[in-house]
Amino acid sequence: MLEKLFTGSKYYYLWLLFLVCVILGCAVAYAVQLQTGLGVTGMNRDVSWGLYISQFTYFVGVAASAVMLVLPAYFHHYVKFKRMIIFGEFMAVAAVVMCALFIVVDLGQPQRMANVMLHPTPNSVMFYDMIVLIGYLCLNIIIGWVTLEAERLEVAPPKWVKPLVYLSVIWAFSIHTVTAFLYAGIPGRHYWLTAIMAARFLSSAFCSGPAILLLLLFVVRRLTGFDPGKDAIKTLATIIVYAMCINVFFYCLELFTSFYSNIPGHMEPIMFLFNGHGGELAWVSYFMWAAVIMAFASLALLIPPQLRTSKFLPLALIMLVLASWIDKGLGLLIGGFTPNMYEGFTPYMPTCTEITVALGVYAIGLLVLSLLWKIALCVKRDVNNFCD
Amino acid sequence: MNTNRRKFLKIASLSAFALSSGVASLGLGAKEAQAQLAPGAYGHGDKSLHAKRWAMVIDTREFKTAADYEPLIKACHRAHNVPDIPGNKNIKWLWLDSYEHCFPDDMNPHLSTKMQQAVFPLLCNHCTNPPCVRVCPTQATYKMADGIVAMDYHRCIGCRFCMAGCPYGARSFNFFDPRKYLPEPTNPSFPTRMIGVVEKCTFCAERLAKGQLPACVEASNGKILFGDLEDPNSTVRKALAANYSIRRKPNLGTQPGVYYLI
Repeated sequence: MLEKLFTGSKYYYLWLLFLVCVILGCAVAYAVQLQTGLGVTGMNRDVSWGLYISQFTYFVGVAASAVMLVLPAYFHHYVKFKRMIIFGEFMAVAAVVMCALFIVVDLGQPQRMANVMLHPTPNSVMFYDMIVLIGYLCLNIIIGWVTLEAERLEVAPPKWVKPLVYLSVIWAFSIHTVTAFLYAGIPGRHYWLTAIMAARFLSSAFCSGPAILLLLLFVVRRLTGFDPGKDAIKTLATIIVYAMCINVFFYCLELFTSFYSNIPGHMEPIMFLFNGHGGELAWVSYFMWAAVIMAFASLALLIPPQLRTSKFLPLALIMLVLASWIDKGLGLLIGGFTPNMYEGFTPYMPTCTEITVALGVYAIGLLVLSLLWKIALCVKRDVNNFCD
Repeated sequence: MNTNRRKFLKIASLSAFALSSGVASLGLGAKEAQAQLAPGAYGHGDKSLHAKRWAMVIDTREFKTAADYEPLIKACHRAHNVPDIPGNKNIKWLWLDSYEHCFPDDMNPHLSTKMQQAVFPLLCNHCTNPPCVRVCPTQATYKMADGIVAMDYHRCIGCRFCMAGCPYGARSFNFFDPRKYLPEPTNPSFPTRMIGVVEKCTFCAERLAKGQLPACVEASNGKILFGDLEDPNSTVRKALAANYSIRRKPNLGTQPGVYYLI
């Protein structure tokens, strides 16, 4: 199926060229970071993780969200998802690649990363995180490739792939649970020390991931004419609404426990995120309030069924993705670190170099996604499973 | 299995036996053989200090101002080539902070003026249940039998999970090349670190191995005690029995090994 990569319009090649140029440009920033050290980032002694780890966390969620297509299709035999399921699986592959890269760019000594495997440490959550991510990557590559190959040959997928699919459903939950455990088991970080962290992660992943998938598929529909199917979009949008409602509900649970208990350590991170410190709003506060507004606005557009199927759907999904990204991609790390371990405040803001490196990883993710989706689209077109 | 292969295995195992018995015939035990191969093999020297659980008691009543702590910090940072990097990406092994920041759980708004103005020394607590060791994915930070939480700078991948895990802020990451910021004169007998690894106080494990007390303890002229917490007759146990002491964030269950007499 790889030969499909070399068929395409001028715009397809231009898009790939553009991505490669972005990646090379951003690689310069990474070279600077390798040379000078992580000192080029906004991280410091108190805020020891920043944009890289938060993006890692966010994209583990995006990867896990493929399960929102796989589960209805395989557990409930919801056949209408079958046409776009491959796009979810391939998006998961691209997302896990990004996760791995975000970890690599965050390491102080990346050439030693094999130490995690050479000295396996079962008491470290990061050890399990590595295992589940590698496992999930393999599962999705194998399942995605084999089912697509079967579709191309117009035969049923081999029987042995089914147990792998069932495994991948459980595995998807595990990757984001383990990622939440990276945070939720640490003593002394008030914002993270909460049993609902994994549940929050999963709910935010299951709304934002499918939302990103739908938005990307809308772009693909515009560019190629591939149609995921009206009913499939409708069902996925319903799943997104439920997940987003649960996500907002879980955040409100955090607010209740923190403020009703009135324990300063639990209130401070939230106070800082929304209210800043010392009478002044922090830069992240504007983002957090924007996230609140967008979260509720997206719900307002998504909950009424007639609006959910209207032309407002893309707008609602964009707001939902931005809101969840701010919550998990900015608020989580800043809320955990900026109120520091001395009950003081250490501000953090990513530097230009840091943002450039992160953009480079985004571009690599997009490149992987473009190539995989290109193959999938070609196969779908060949076998007339392209639109209704 | 064909005959050729069988023959080969026979010869191979015979020669292996001959080789190993040859070594044995030299009259060396395994230990001696190892000693010959690696003359600097690890072990406790004759002079080394031992404890079941090393602990530190800092008599903060004996220190009046920040200047009183200066010689200790200097001694520590010189002994361990701790770089001095301006800004918030610096390296700290032993440093000072206010009561409010050191003991946030014991804070009250009407603390005596003396306490409000006082500074306290901070360092790695060498916890009995160290979260940093629990989270490290490579065992680059580990607990030794004597309670010291040590670091292997050559194994550390610089993921900084330990820094997130430590509730005391005791760990520093080399955001820059530390060798550009070394104190003068440098100590050639202690390794400098490379960029991209985490470091922290080691309770002077390298000095204990030579029979010396930690650098800060030595520089404190008896104001900091260091000894075996498991030994009821040790100086630290006697000091703790006779005085009121506190530890940092005891509610987290880490069991810090650094005690403060207040």
